[in-house]
Amino acid sequence: MGDLQEGMTDMTEIKLSGAEILLKSIEAEGVDTIFGYPGGMALPIYDALYDSGIRHILGRHEQGVAHAADGYARATGRPGVCLATSGPGATNLVTGLANAFMDSIPIVAITGQVTRPSLGRDSFQEADITGITMPITKHNFLVKEPAELARTVKEAFYIATTGRPGPVLIDVPSDISLSQIDYEPPYEINLPGYKPAPDTDARQINKAAEAIADARRPLIYAGGGVIISGAHDELLRLAETLAAPVTCTLMGMGGFPGSHPLFLGMLGMHGTKYANFAVSECDLLIAVGARFDNRVTGKLETFASKAKIIHIDIDPAEIGKNVKVDIPIEGDVKAVLDQLLAVLRPNLAEAWREKINAWKKEYPLKYCNSGNIKPQYVIEEIYNITGGNARITTEVGQHQMWAAQYYSFSKPRSFITSGGLGTMGFGLPAAIGVQVGCPDEVVFDIAGDGSIQMNIQELCTAVNYDLPINVAILNNGYLGLVRQWQEMFYNRRYSHSELFNPDFVKLADAYGAVGIRVTRKEELAPALQRAIQLKKPVMLDIIVDKEDNVLPIVPPGGSLDKMLG
Amino acid sequence: MKHILSVLVENNPGVLTRIAGLFSRRGFNIDSLAVGMTENSSVSRMTIVVEGDERYLEQLNKQLHKLVDVIKISDITRDAYVDRELVLIKVSADAARRAEIMQLVDIFRARIVDVSPKTLTIEITGNDGKIIAFEDSLRPFGIKELVRTGKIAMLRGKKASTKNHTNKEEEES
Repeated sequence: MGDLQEGMTDMTEIKLSGAEILLKSIEAEGVDTIFGYPGGMALPIYDALYDSGIRHILGRHEQGVAHAADGYARATGRPGVCLATSGPGATNLVTGLANAFMDSIPIVAITGQVTRPSLGRDSFQEADITGITMPITKHNFLVKEPAELARTVKEAFYIATTGRPGPVLIDVPSDISLSQIDYEPPYEINLPGYKPAPDTDARQINKAAEAIADARRPLIYAGGGVIISGAHDELLRLAETLAAPVTCTLMGMGGFPGSHPLFLGMLGMHGTKYANFAVSECDLLIAVGARFDNRVTGKLETFASKAKIIHIDIDPAEIGKNVKVDIPIEGDVKAVLDQLLAVLRPNLAEAWREKINAWKKEYPLKYCNSGNIKPQYVIEEIYNITGGNARITTEVGQHQMWAAQYYSFSKPRSFITSGGLGTMGFGLPAAIGVQVGCPDEVVFDIAGDGSIQMNIQELCTAVNYDLPINVAILNNGYLGLVRQWQEMFYNRRYSHSELFNPDFVKLADAYGAVGIRVTRKEELAPALQRAIQLKKPVMLDIIVDKEDNVLPIVPPGGSLDKMLG
Repeated sequence: MKHILSVLVENNPGVLTRIAGLFSRRGFNIDSLAVGMTENSSVSRMTIVVEGDERYLEQLNKQLHKLVDVIKISDITRDAYVDRELVLIKVSADAARRAEIMQLVDIFRARIVDVSPKTLTIEITGNDGKIIAFEDSLRPFGIKELVRTGKIAMLRGKKASTKNHTNKEEEES
């Protein structure tokens, strides 16, 4: 600790520890809350945190911590910050980072690392986390010099939040956290190779406007980019100017008002029939901040095969990646739509809308609401009781698809779900992050009995911090979507998809939360109401129909116009 | 068609892994890769030879640009260029056949850099065609070992692709 002594004798300079500089730099980015879990190599940072003004939410597993930061970011639009120790702490973040990467969520993850002299020697709790996370982060850093720390933090936040957002990891060896150095902010960013957003080519805007004027059957296909860019008003204006129907991806839900007459719901594998028919029949597809995921397109050869395609995206690499695009427009969705709206003439494709309305009447989303509690009915009841104003998180599976189908999302950032990676166990920790970011709002995690057990330890976090989240488990005793695929595509051979479950009510009770079991339809609404009124963490164990299916469905690899159910 | 990409990267630890990882996970193939310092010590140049159609190249370009450490990418093959590769070849050469091999070395303007009782080690630089022809003519003697540096290339004339690398700009229009 020679540095420390030197710092004490030299009274003219204020020296700070690396850990203090790290936290100061994070605070300078406007961060007031971080989600974390301590451990050996993160201890210098935790020691500095003890005196810091930053609020720290202690999770119960690093995966939960990463998802909480993710949920916080999705709900607030601000970067989520998570903190873990080296080795297993860092590797436990991996799923959370991959999840955020696939859905373009800004996260800055800080990991403790073994000291610089111990690096590369298989030291205790050493893992090459920058190597491991290279393909699942937008960028990552291993801090090699104390003097680089402040600038690295600044660069990490800049990269995470600009352009197409994404997770950035900073690996900090513990001797750097302990070192005593001068702190001389502000530090300038030095990223000659990083260009957040491409320049929009005005000629492309004009080409798009011409194609739109010529279109007889235009369709808007909106993705998560609309929400990230804050372009929901522009999207609404675009749709209304053209009187063009709008379909959203799972990530785009909430980017367009769910109750709007031009809204077709979700497209793709579990999309509405009328959305998928519209894709198949349209003569112009306007893709806005979406990336033509295979769950959206189904068989690529038949996807929008009668249409010219306009693709607006901030990431040039997304354009032309999966489908051939006729009019590419690189740029931020909001800015591009603004420019487009300025030159657009109304296009009232009356016959097209009539056709779509006829499809809507003929092929509505439907289920048979008799007998046991239907999972779809639970979603509708949650919608009714929350007035459609709750923040909804989900796990992954049937319940997630039903939530997308039956909860009519009206506001951006109200549907918080793991889209690209499809991470079971996301919803509960994400709900914690959402509630931390939006303390006055009603938050529901719509869960399945399988998924909820993947990060159920985070219920303790919710109780610990008095976060009044509501977990609604649609309990069918199966890994529902697995069972459904086995039923439909594997000759009903239910291989390892039936679940033996704990008593969720007792479990909630043990954690200090409130457990409520619902077995009959008439109990549902009062139970939901009670859960909201309690203003405590509540886990509802809702026993639903065992073998209900998510319908309609495009069989994997099939064409969108060939739906079952 | 083969393309030679001249990629300027920040000389940061792990940058080679980032590039190599991108190629492998997105299913791009590298024909050859040569890495070295430039006249600026904080910047390295990677010369990457890849084969593919326009769409393949465009996607590769765009994905490479997303790497924060990548400063600039130029497709050298879109312009007039010179390319070179250095090859070391160890060939069996007993006393009886040594003269014949040395004649070939002369013809191809190669150089002998090491001699042992049973082998000759030869250095040759040139483009693909020359190197392949030389390799073919040595094969009957018995090639014991062959090492190639991978191709490096540069635009002809006064144009330089190293200057002004503060902005990423794609060479293709």
